[in-house]
Amino acid sequence: MKIDNLAVQVVGDPTGRQVLENISFEISSGETLCVVGESGSGKSVTSLAIMGLLPAGSLKPSRGRILVDGEDILAASPARLRELRATRMAMIFQEPMTALNPVETVGEQIDEVLRIHSKLSKTARRQKVLAMLESVHMPDVERIYNSYPHQLSGGQRQRVVISIALILEPRILIADEPTTALDVTTQKQILLLIRELQKKHNTAVLFITHDFGVVAEIADRIVVMNRGHLVEVGTREDILARPREAYTRMLVSSVPSLIPQKREAPVTDIVLEVQSLSKNYSRKRLFGSGGSVAAAQNVNLTLRKGEIVGIVGESGSGKSTVARCIVRLQDPTSGAVLVKGEDIARVSGPQLRPKRQRVQIVFQDPYRSLNPRMRVGDSIIEGLVNFGTKREAALKKARELLGLVGLSDDSMQRYPHQFSGGQRQRICIARALALDPDILVADEAVSALDVSVQAQVLKLLGEIRDRTGIAVLFITHDLRVAAQICDTILVMQHGSIVEAGPAAEVLTSPRREYTRTLIDAAPGRGWDFQNFGPLISGAA
Amino acid sequence: MLAYITRRLLATIPVMAMVAVVVFAILRLTPGDPAAIIAGDDATTEQLEKIRQTMGLDKPIPLQLVQWVYQLLQGDLGVSLLSGAPVLGMIADRMGPSLALAFGTIVVTVSVAIPLGIVAAWKQGRMLDRAVMTFSVLGFSVPTFVVAYLLIYYLSIKMGWFPVQGYKPLSDGFWPFAQRLVLPVLALSGVYVALIARITRSSIIEVMGEDFIRTARAKGATERVVLMRHALRNAAVPILTIIGIGIASLISGVVVTESVFNLPGLGRLVVEAVLARDYPVIQGLILLFSFFYIFINLVVDVLYPIFDPRIRY
Amino acid sequence: MPAIVNQPHADGNVQMLGDPSLIVHATPAAGFTSQLISSLRSPPVFVALLILSVVIVVALAAPLLGTIDPVAIDPGSRLRGLSPEHWLGTDAFGRDTYSRVVYGARVSLIVGAGATLMSITLGLLIGVLAGYFRAADAIIMRVMDGIMAIPSILLAIALVSLTGGSLLTVLVAITIPEVPRVVRLVRSVILSVRTEPYVEAAISLGTRVPTLLVRHMVPNTVAPLIVQGTYVFAAAILTEATLSFLGAGLPPEIPSWGNMMSEGRMYFQLLPGLILYPGIILAATLLSVNVLGDVLRDLLDPKMARKS
Repeated sequence: MKIDNLAVQVVGDPTGRQVLENISFEISSGETLCVVGESGSGKSVTSLAIMGLLPAGSLKPSRGRILVDGEDILAASPARLRELRATRMAMIFQEPMTALNPVETVGEQIDEVLRIHSKLSKTARRQKVLAMLESVHMPDVERIYNSYPHQLSGGQRQRVVISIALILEPRILIADEPTTALDVTTQKQILLLIRELQKKHNTAVLFITHDFGVVAEIADRIVVMNRGHLVEVGTREDILARPREAYTRMLVSSVPSLIPQKREAPVTDIVLEVQSLSKNYSRKRLFGSGGSVAAAQNVNLTLRKGEIVGIVGESGSGKSTVARCIVRLQDPTSGAVLVKGEDIARVSGPQLRPKRQRVQIVFQDPYRSLNPRMRVGDSIIEGLVNFGTKREAALKKARELLGLVGLSDDSMQRYPHQFSGGQRQRICIARALALDPDILVADEAVSALDVSVQAQVLKLLGEIRDRTGIAVLFITHDLRVAAQICDTILVMQHGSIVEAGPAAEVLTSPRREYTRTLIDAAPGRGWDFQNFGPLISGAA
Repeated sequence: MLAYITRRLLATIPVMAMVAVVVFAILRLTPGDPAAIIAGDDATTEQLEKIRQTMGLDKPIPLQLVQWVYQLLQGDLGVSLLSGAPVLGMIADRMGPSLALAFGTIVVTVSVAIPLGIVAAWKQGRMLDRAVMTFSVLGFSVPTFVVAYLLIYYLSIKMGWFPVQGYKPLSDGFWPFAQRLVLPVLALSGVYVALIARITRSSIIEVMGEDFIRTARAKGATERVVLMRHALRNAAVPILTIIGIGIASLISGVVVTESVFNLPGLGRLVVEAVLARDYPVIQGLILLFSFFYIFINLVVDVLYPIFDPRIRY
Repeated sequence: MPAIVNQPHADGNVQMLGDPSLIVHATPAAGFTSQLISSLRSPPVFVALLILSVVIVVALAAPLLGTIDPVAIDPGSRLRGLSPEHWLGTDAFGRDTYSRVVYGARVSLIVGAGATLMSITLGLLIGVLAGYFRAADAIIMRVMDGIMAIPSILLAIALVSLTGGSLLTVLVAITIPEVPRVVRLVRSVILSVRTEPYVEAAISLGTRVPTLLVRHMVPNTVAPLIVQGTYVFAAAILTEATLSFLGAGLPPEIPSWGNMMSEGRMYFQLLPGLILYPGIILAATLLSVNVLGDVLRDLLDPKMARKS
């Protein structure tokens, strides 16, 4: 397949603004080409253009050709395009949750491809679908055939989507962030599966991702995109070890290393001590209680002044529950949360309010963390004013804090929508610091950010810790991020802490099987991005 | 499935109880002597006394509530103040025309509205869509009784196609029966056709933006298949919901339509009872209609899982 | 509503990708005025606005528009057709139909505005209570379910028949059935905004409950309430007309469109205008309110606009 000088523009935009410009690259059979870029780089638009699936009425190709086996997709009639889909080129999507029709069984959905493109009999189609489900390593394929998407796990759903895409053995598979919504262990299995099927059918794979770990793991060649432009194309070694463009260099070096720096364990005062914290959710039933689910069980942890403790784990491990119980956005079922020796797990209402000053939180989604109707300045001083600081003094402090997080004074008068995601996260940090808390809880605080912005915010958090001596509880699913910033790491699984220790120890010589699985599943762990070379140390 | 229906049935009990209490409270919480309110200004002492006795208003309120609920549980809605006949029997006698009107309206509405909605969604933004949407806004803006009089004016008085008013039961023959129902059904259907067509259209359009529609297109499916197979089935739940709401709210329309066309159904009975201040009859009708509303909701709830496997029994 | 089985939500592991600007999180209506102006250019919207303005002006300036006393009985000129003295003829009591239609606009607008204000105010208060305070929620919502189960016209009829028809009782009777709908709307907004990170951030900053509600939560109900308000306005006008038409509304001497139609029923074959003039004006008023409601909804609430 070859893309030649492709441009895409917004329909009906008189300025003729181009979403994509001068995109040209090739991909050959059996090859994996990774397209990487940050949000807004145009990588997803490129993939939709190849499928002829650009949203009609908002985006349209304005120039160039997309040749699949010598046939120009952009010039094909709608009927021809439908013929080519699933037979010549196929696609898998980011969200396996929403990519499948919720009211049809997965068997019917895979079968539909055969119904559209073949004249096979009903039984032959069924045999073929079951064989396909086998080849994506589904257990009990008869049962899966008759299951609805909501009855499957995320990984299984993605296998169904892959079955739909590959059942007719297309020449090219476009994978748009297919593993981003999955946990690392599932991600690893899906990546292996794609590779296996690719080998079997000699398929060309166009893999779109933001994750350099995945890129290092699977790419033969790499396309780097930024703001609708193509920055650089090259082999994996070219891009990861010898990037020519400054942008690529910046991007690659922003990827945190899996190997933590050696840091002295702090021997300062304990500011937070969590003792056998548990949180149960009761299932609601009409009659009686339907039992309860333990989101967190018997969690113990200590946090010292100036220390950054990370809680890592996959989705559903209970790490956010622990964080929310500590901030008292949820009420723990049992256990104690001692902030400087004072238990805040049991107090509530007016007694709790003054205690809230000691623990502050920064959330994942910067776009929902600030009240869109309030000026940034007012958001930052809200806590101070709540606890009786005069407005003037509070505003003065807010300006200092903005300086601390690297934003200018005039930000005070502006509204959140005038800021980028990274800037908003800085504002949230400033707001959390306004009350001079002893503890800052960061709940996936950098997970929604692009890798370059992520690096900046992590750096900022480190600096703030050094300057103020604040203790940070850092919740993340990303081992790289944890390695970058944490002194101590706790690994959670099914609501319990399975391993705890200094970051270097946990990540380089894990004692528990589960920790090892997690580390093994981390993509691209053999590559040291910051030093543009393979990881040489005897670690991992 | 059976357990689900039982659970749903049980869940209606508090709502029904609440309705019974609200209906009970409306009369008792109105400022002033309830008997005097019902009897009107120029009532004699004997009349007041009779009302108090018939309705049990001479007893303390908690006792009245107990008695009210006890009677309800036995299916006893009390007796009319005017005629002394049991309310339940009066209601049964007047069921026919209302059922005929409601049934006709539901059939017309559903068979017209859903295709209209689908076509509008299919041709979104084009002339046909605009026409349907314009009709839809008109449909639920023009009050039923205005539509009814316009229909009478043009089709009955000017053209002479239909009788102006009146009702003939089915036992008098199908044609006289149907002829007198056409205009009432047309008049009443307007609002619901508009409502259901609109929701059908918007539900389909919303589903058309979902990720799995893109998956279907990526499979090479034609737009017709995408719309009819993937979008429509997923839009079924909101469409079902609005049909349920429509049927449940038919009652208000029935009252008005029966008044305009002089159909001797439950709607007329309501108005007659109100004008005569026959409170036990009003009370009984409100209860009946509310239970009907709850019943329709129950039916819709039971139907949901058939259209969406994510909703479990 | 049945319980839709939700997938256990990833506890924050889902990374947000793609163009963040595609994710709308209640950004303040940027360019709202310009959007408003551009939507006014569409002919139906313009006509709707024109009709509604005329109705409002007519209602305000009723005495200046060549009207005579709308309740003055003139037995000498009963049931007349159109004439220079009586532009739209007279009714069975010899009252001037034109004047009654004009004054009827006043009644309709007062009922519409009054019921809207009352139901929004009550619904907002009760909805916030139900949405924020869990203990209150169960009780409030059961009562609301009970009221909603009673067909609104019947509830209104029962209330009016007991309390006797007057402007105030009709207003109350129209308002009560509308309140549960507003409560549900407000409650759902409050419930969904409760878990927004910026609300949780405010909680952990020690913001007191009243401030939390007023500053961070209630503003989110304004846009949907404005939209809902236009529909309540139309519904109230319609309900008053229906009640009066059935003879269970305003006292017959008040010149409301519903009363006029009710009184015209006996003479419909003779003088259809007695019903059709007020009927058509009523329909036009409702139509324009609904059209403007749709416009407001499209502008204020992109999410709801897609839905209905």
